[in-house]
Amino acid sequence: MSEPALIPAKPPFWNNPQTRAIAFQIIALTATVVFGWYIFDNAQSNLRRLGIASGFGFLDSSSGFDIVQTLIPYSSSSSYGQVFWVALLNTLLVSALGIVLATLIGFLVGIARLSKNWLISRLALAYIETFRNIPLLLQIFFWYFAVLRAMPAPRQSLHLGEAIYLNIRGLYVPHPYLQAGFSWVLVALVLAVVLAWRIARWAHRRQQATGQQFPIFSVTLALLIGLPLLTFWLAGSPLVWEYPQLQGFNFRGGWVVIPEMASLLLALSIYTATFIAEIVRSGIQAVSHGQTEAAFSLGLNSGQTLRLVVLPQALRVIIPPLTNQYLNLTKNSSLAAAIGYPDLVSSFAGTVLNQTGQAIECIAITMAVYLTISLLISLLMNWYNRRALLVER
Amino acid sequence: MTQPHIPHPDLPPPANAVGAIGWLRRHLFSSPANIALTALALYLLYALLPPVLNWAFFDATWRGDSREACSGQGGACWIFIRTHFAQFMYGFYPEAQRWRVDMLVLLLIFGVAPLFIRTVPAKLKRRLGLGLLIAFPIFAFVLMRGGILGLAAVETSSWGGLLLTLVIAGVGMTGALPLGVLLALGRRSTMPTIQALCVTFIELWRGVPLITVLFMSSVMLPLFLPAGLNFDKLLRALIGVTLFQAAYMAEVVRGGLQAIPKGQLEAAAALGLGYWKSMGLIVLPQALKLVIPGIVNTFIALFKDTSLVLIIGLFDLMNIVHNATTNPAWLGFSTEGYVFAAAVYWLFCFGMSRYSRNLEKRLHTGHQR
Repeated sequence: MSEPALIPAKPPFWNNPQTRAIAFQIIALTATVVFGWYIFDNAQSNLRRLGIASGFGFLDSSSGFDIVQTLIPYSSSSSYGQVFWVALLNTLLVSALGIVLATLIGFLVGIARLSKNWLISRLALAYIETFRNIPLLLQIFFWYFAVLRAMPAPRQSLHLGEAIYLNIRGLYVPHPYLQAGFSWVLVALVLAVVLAWRIARWAHRRQQATGQQFPIFSVTLALLIGLPLLTFWLAGSPLVWEYPQLQGFNFRGGWVVIPEMASLLLALSIYTATFIAEIVRSGIQAVSHGQTEAAFSLGLNSGQTLRLVVLPQALRVIIPPLTNQYLNLTKNSSLAAAIGYPDLVSSFAGTVLNQTGQAIECIAITMAVYLTISLLISLLMNWYNRRALLVER
Repeated sequence: MTQPHIPHPDLPPPANAVGAIGWLRRHLFSSPANIALTALALYLLYALLPPVLNWAFFDATWRGDSREACSGQGGACWIFIRTHFAQFMYGFYPEAQRWRVDMLVLLLIFGVAPLFIRTVPAKLKRRLGLGLLIAFPIFAFVLMRGGILGLAAVETSSWGGLLLTLVIAGVGMTGALPLGVLLALGRRSTMPTIQALCVTFIELWRGVPLITVLFMSSVMLPLFLPAGLNFDKLLRALIGVTLFQAAYMAEVVRGGLQAIPKGQLEAAAALGLGYWKSMGLIVLPQALKLVIPGIVNTFIALFKDTSLVLIIGLFDLMNIVHNATTNPAWLGFSTEGYVFAAAVYWLFCFGMSRYSRNLEKRLHTGHQR
């Protein structure tokens, strides 16, 4: 008897999923490598043809230009490497301030959006829908060219008392100078933080053991404000304010916020706050109403319900997209290049690139910085997500 | 015999709990804190609305042809917008050739409108959609660029204004969605090399700001190409914007793919469908429907991001308005210019977000409580 034809013929090898997968991968990898090599080769020959130097040697040569806002010592004889650090710090400064402001406005508007008061929630909605749908660059231009560049000259400054002046050159505020005894205030502050932390732990343990509560919030607040203030007074108020003074055509002294920075900060925080507000709203709404009802039925008051039941659950929903917005804000701060705020893109990928012509190195460094920031934040996010998951059942 | 009990008819609710007064009491004056909030909101409105309305409407100058007509009113000078309107719309597109753009816009409107009418048969819609997606862009490019069939050539450098913004946004959207879907599928692939390539691509683009991508396309791309070969500036911007948004789109689509239970794929495999068929017929239709809000959000972000091409010197709506405000003959009207541009961008973005909400509701089959 011959073999019954029950076993189907072996499919041809090109129909085998495994063979196919390997073939696809080899093709993709080869294509990528060839493409990369092609680009590299072209870049090499182009650089040679145009006579552009390559390598990072240019970072040590002197820059020869000034920067309007520097957080670390810098002059036009400093090196390009120094320009990089100045520019990076300017980017980080505007991002950090923007994050703080955007979070404040965002949480305020997000909570207002959920208010039972119809008028307030509509106002919040109007704010969100207006500023979310207008390009950020346009908002930056509006604040810079239409508002701050239209400010009066220094002599006709808008002012708040004798301390704060606003004119076309920027916003002038008093500059605090620390005197000898101020370090004691810092010591007191650190001491207060440590004490507050110890008290909180003790109160928590006591409540776990006996059920007795402790007015933790007011005590720590009093400690955190009172102790440094007391030291400040005992040390003889070691802080002097230097007020801006009109001398000739401009102000001397005080701190000046340049208009580029002010408009960038305004636009960034107003724009990002709309997204944060929506995140906060959806986060709070994601906590089901049953949780609130259950908390009430356990006898918690509305403050405790918010603090102990709703917020911890809402924050788990809020924080991942919130960090994403922080990241967006940091990346968006690169729009500074359009109005000439000396940030990384404007100073380093702009001026330095134009002066040295080393496009590949400058752009690569700039991109690497942003990539590092975003990878760091996403690592942080993954860590947080794992922690948040552990809390779940 | 007992009398049957007849209850009194229900009393109407108290007058101050229903109607306009009841609504006011509930929503504006329910507690002292609420009353304070209402007062605050009213004060804000009082402080903001009248000056804005006065500036934009009541004290504004609407008639006239020169900036002299605007003096002394204190309000907005909309003549600035009127005299520059054609420029804001077409950029530096030659005036005699603008009929081409008008024709394309009309064609697009008449082509797209049937897609939104529910009574049009699906088959016709599909053909129309395909035509719009494949034939229309080629036709539009040929017509706008000119240079053949006796049409005068119009260099892409003279395209501008809202026209250029829409070209970039349109090409970016139609390019970013399919590319994003492919990248998302690649990221979910079981082949390690493909997956690694897609992850690297996505994270690389998502980690850097668009502005550096545009910088790169304008200063680095010429170095990467063989000597003599040079891309059009507009094309470079288009490639940059499309690849950048494709990476974001990929993450949105991946979210949808992850939400589809594995059983769907297994069922498709049991029916004998291959990879592309099971993805195209089973998984993607469900996944894409789930992430419509995300897709539209990416589209809106793309639309707003088109304004960044200003950095590399293209004259889109944003740049052309900015350019007009620095015109020495019309100095001092930057507020009017930016408010106008903001209104245009706002209309498009708000329209898109409204439409997505509408679409979401319509496509919501099942799962609805």
